[in-house]
Amino acid sequence: MLMTERQTQADTIEALAKKFGKDRTGLMPILQEIQAKYKHISDFAMQEIARELDIHPVEVYSVISFYAFLRSKQTGKFVIRLCRTLSCEMAGKKRVARQLENELGVAFGETTSDGRFTLEYANCLGLCDQGPAMLVNDVAFTEVTPEKVHEIIQECKRTFSVYAQEVQKHV
Amino acid sequence: MSERKGYILFIDVEPNTGLKKALTKKRTEVIADIRNSGLKGRGGAGFPTGVKWNLAASASSDTKYVVCNADEGEPGTFKDRVILSEYTDDLLEGITIAGYAIGAETGIIYLRGEYEYLKKQIVDTIDKRRSEGWLGKNVGGKEVFNFDIEIRMGSGAYVCGEETALIESLEGQRGEPRNRPPFPVNTGFMGCPTIVNNVETLVTASRIIAKGVDWFTKYGIDKSTGTKVYSISGDCEKPGVYEFNIGITIAELLKEVGGGNAKAVVMGGASGRVVPAKDFAKTVAYVDAPTGGSVIVLGQERDMLDVAENFLEFFVEESCGQCTPCREGNPLLLDGVKRLKNGTCSMEYLQELMSLAETMQLASKCGLGQSSPNAFLSIIEHFETEIFGRVPVM
Ligand SMILES: Cc1cc2nc3c(=O)[nH]c(=O)nc-3n(C[C@H](O)[C@H](O)[C@H](O)COP(=O)(O)O)c2cc1C
Ligand code: SF4
Ligand code: FES
Repeated sequence: MLMTERQTQADTIEALAKKFGKDRTGLMPILQEIQAKYKHISDFAMQEIARELDIHPVEVYSVISFYAFLRSKQTGKFVIRLCRTLSCEMAGKKRVARQLENELGVAFGETTSDGRFTLEYANCLGLCDQGPAMLVNDVAFTEVTPEKVHEIIQECKRTFSVYAQEVQKHV
Repeated sequence: MSERKGYILFIDVEPNTGLKKALTKKRTEVIADIRNSGLKGRGGAGFPTGVKWNLAASASSDTKYVVCNADEGEPGTFKDRVILSEYTDDLLEGITIAGYAIGAETGIIYLRGEYEYLKKQIVDTIDKRRSEGWLGKNVGGKEVFNFDIEIRMGSGAYVCGEETALIESLEGQRGEPRNRPPFPVNTGFMGCPTIVNNVETLVTASRIIAKGVDWFTKYGIDKSTGTKVYSISGDCEKPGVYEFNIGITIAELLKEVGGGNAKAVVMGGASGRVVPAKDFAKTVAYVDAPTGGSVIVLGQERDMLDVAENFLEFFVEESCGQCTPCREGNPLLLDGVKRLKNGTCSMEYLQELMSLAETMQLASKCGLGQSSPNAFLSIIEHFETEIFGRVPVM
């Protein structure tokens, strides 16, 4: 990480600690915001968070490792979570899963080499009446078919390139 | 408003009718109403809501909390998602009434991370209510009743729906269930008296105050008063969220959703039980006393061992790992189901697994481990002929 990036991340964490309070109850919201922004919580971020809340970095890591949505390793810009629980399984999840692997060229649990997509399974998403269901980041997709998978991925790629250009403008 | 058909929950009530009435009553009267209504928790455990509120109200502390459990993670359950999005105002009203009743100033909604897309609407409705004077200082013009609601997100852990794990999570810890006692009504969030209630419970409570105890108790059977909201999915024509009278039988329910030809239903999600067709004449309340309202319909061609395997994979993944029966037991049951599928499980070994399952029910620390063997055991009980001597499918 570049020095300037470190500094912005440290500033972000400081601001979040101010917003959510410097005691332990602020830990989850801070981690959730860092995860959303940086797609993972780096060692550096853990140290900074620990410093702000006056706890040991190991404590921070221990919490991260407990929750499926919090990560210490970089995930893709788009995290795709396909539900694998019973109602979605019965509604045709297997074929959707296969198509996702085909489109992305990675297996479940992996991230594409360009860092754009992470593919993984989730447990029941609370959309069981409209399965197969999946989340792409925070957005829910229901009654997903293998054909729709292709469209959804294309749409992600399209918005990603827009995003990528924005980032370049700012650098 | 909503086009759902209902009796108690899915009806239109003039906003804040319940809250206005509550504020004209003494706190103890509000609690007495809830107690006399016989309302039981709709989140799974079925604990009497009035008793819970009374315990928290009588605990001595300056600071108390109302926590709304919106972690809805039980497989096959999605009714809270519908209530959260279609009855947001009514839910916030219910939380406020609960706050008034127990003497709390803060309500917290713990929303599962998977429902992030509902967050904005909830936050906006909270802001709206604050600007209308239904939250904040002197709520509804009531002197010295100050109450506000905040929202906290989960991060993908089923066990955080268990109330003490939820509190741990709110406190910035791993979501590991606590030993009980002490109970949250005495020692909850930040060590203060806390009531944790399900989304549906809180909306129902506001309806009871709005429309009266007698109106409410007209619905239901015997000691189970009121109605229940069910999440119905699986092999049926009209899956979705339905409100039914508590006395409904499984057969009647299946008829409503177009699942008449079912082989079995899973009542209560992965923690629940599998009920075979021969028992469909029973009432939902009978087979599924502690219900979160999840109904998964299984058609004739479904393999019961696939069901057991799917659920056990769920529990292996979601166990917090704190206690041995649950941490070690679930992988063994899963392995057993795989053996049954392969046709490599002896009767003797199966009996060992069944006694292990009973140990898990008794010795696990929280409801997750205690109920994780339920589906497995009920499948073995009812579908014996289907599971022995299988030839592995290549
Ligand atoms: C593993 C586990 C998961 C649970 N998940 C939920 C949940 O998602 N929502 C809920 O309201 N209750 C859940 N419960 C039940 C809660 O512990 C608690 O009993 C409930 O929130 C109390 O509210 P009620 O009395 O209004 O039902 C869960 C329990 C266990 C053991
Ligand atoms: S029963 Fe399972 S989930 Fe509950 S405390 Fe024990 S290991 Fe954790
Ligand atoms: S089973 Fe997939 S959303 Fe519930």
